[in-house]
Amino acid sequence: MKGLRYFLDKISPSFRKGGKLEKFYFLFEAVDTFLYTPDKVTTGRVHVRDFMDLKRMMITVFVALLPAVFMAFYNTGLQANLILAQFDKVIATTWQQRLLIWLGVPFDPHNFWVNILHGALYFLPVYLITLAVGGFWEVLFASVRKHEIAEGFLVTSLLFPLILPPTIPYWQVVLGISFGVVLGKEVFGGVGMNIFNPALVGRAFLFFAYPAQISGDKVWVAVDAISKATPLAQLAESNAPLNISWWDAFIGTIPGSMGETSTLACLFGAAFLIFSGVASWKIMLSILLGMITMATTFNLIGSATNPMFAVPSYWHLVLGGFAFGTVFMATDPVSAAMTEGGKWIYGALIGIIVVLVRVINRAFPEGMMLAILFGNMLAPLLDRIFINAHIKRRTARYVVG
Amino acid sequence: MLEHYLSLLIKSIFLENMALAFFLGMCTFLAVSKRLETAVGLGIAVIIVQTLTVPVNNLIYRYLLREGALSWLGLGQVDLTFLGLITYIGVIAAMVQILEMILDRFAPKLYHALGIFLPLITVNCVILAGSLFMVERNYTLGESVIFGFGSGTGWALAIMALAGIREKMKYSNVPAGLRGLGITFITAGLMAIAFMLFSGIQL
Repeated sequence: MKGLRYFLDKISPSFRKGGKLEKFYFLFEAVDTFLYTPDKVTTGRVHVRDFMDLKRMMITVFVALLPAVFMAFYNTGLQANLILAQFDKVIATTWQQRLLIWLGVPFDPHNFWVNILHGALYFLPVYLITLAVGGFWEVLFASVRKHEIAEGFLVTSLLFPLILPPTIPYWQVVLGISFGVVLGKEVFGGVGMNIFNPALVGRAFLFFAYPAQISGDKVWVAVDAISKATPLAQLAESNAPLNISWWDAFIGTIPGSMGETSTLACLFGAAFLIFSGVASWKIMLSILLGMITMATTFNLIGSATNPMFAVPSYWHLVLGGFAFGTVFMATDPVSAAMTEGGKWIYGALIGIIVVLVRVINRAFPEGMMLAILFGNMLAPLLDRIFINAHIKRRTARYVVG
Repeated sequence: MLEHYLSLLIKSIFLENMALAFFLGMCTFLAVSKRLETAVGLGIAVIIVQTLTVPVNNLIYRYLLREGALSWLGLGQVDLTFLGLITYIGVIAAMVQILEMILDRFAPKLYHALGIFLPLITVNCVILAGSLFMVERNYTLGESVIFGFGSGTGWALAIMALAGIREKMKYSNVPAGLRGLGITFITAGLMAIAFMLFSGIQL
């Protein structure tokens, strides 16, 4: 470690002002601050002393996401193996499966490690492409606009593959993350200045531009041409009762986007995020309350033609991207509401709208992603209302006093 | 009946949002959304004018302009729909003028708060579009009141949300070439993506 520090110190002058590689200072800075505590100290009068900086915050979120990543590995493989094990002979429909056959790995859904390996072959390429392409844009903007490379991108690049279906074509991953990073974040000035969650912007772009590859029945299991709808889509389509138990949905062994099926993994993440103070428990709680209120209202109203009216709130909790969105997407401190009152309303709004869309909008049975984007859109307005009210109250007190 | 009105209201606010689903009234939507206060003023003005002009134009369409509308005068064959466009604009302009005078006389505070926006929205395409949609969809008088109020509210909501975002964007570091209208267009586009949430809802 000392050698590395020595090496960085030695090459540092050539990146500083006047050095040969001055243009690439942002690269040096990114590597240096990623590995070591920055040596910069504040020079002005204002000085905040806090152990929590952007880097630590982002790494906390990264760690909180690991259970979901683990479930992405396991469940993606499990779903594919479950289908493949039904066939009499060994068939491969994707390059990943051809590779597994070549390696002599059986498609055995009961073998934990086989599931992990099989899922990893789907998740990791998508993740690496996201990291490479998104990183490219990040570095390009940093070099042209002379700002530093922020660690925020690490979180975006992990969130984005987790909300994609396992069969997503790689060129769409490239397009989606490019759209998300460039138009969702960099045009607003980079980390901390964006209005919408970049990962969600990318996902929404893919959703509307290429609906065939990101919605419907055929994309959720990593076996070609096998249709297996997500439970939510199944509910919206027909009156048939679900063939999964609540515990399956809670643990996450159901078809869906790679990382968002498991409510259990999201709960681990939520506990960690709340404990470390990175994400707001108010937002999570108010989304939950909004969802329960709305789902109960629909249960009470009832409907003869729409089976979604009867879905109780504890099923809404475990299906689709609700838990993942609540814990990791809606609480993004940049795009969420920041005033305390605004947080409650912002969360309740998302909770209400997600159930509303799931129940009465047959086009989007998932709903969570767009509900959060809608919340992001209204968050600045809510904040402004609360700030103005606060200013008014203070002014009144001052005048009276 | 009540259910029908309620679904029409929700439809006109969210599903068929004038600004973010039809992209109407873009000029004012982009130009007057720099500050939240002015956006609120304009939004309220649009709601009021829209709620008044759509029903009035509805009456004019029903009893003067459409084919057979003049049968109460014994002129059953006359079809004056070709006069529609100019009549609606005239009615809108007149209504705005009258409203301005009434407000000036009886609610000077609101009049000053609305300021220039009231005369300005005479030429706002949201207002004309409201009347044209009403004709095209053949709304009844009751429906046109609800539709006018709903579409005005939807537009007001959109411009207030955009103004909130733009006030927050004061702290953003937007690339020089995109400052001002450029980034506003991009933001409006992203907002429209979020609003697509409601597209496809059958009410």
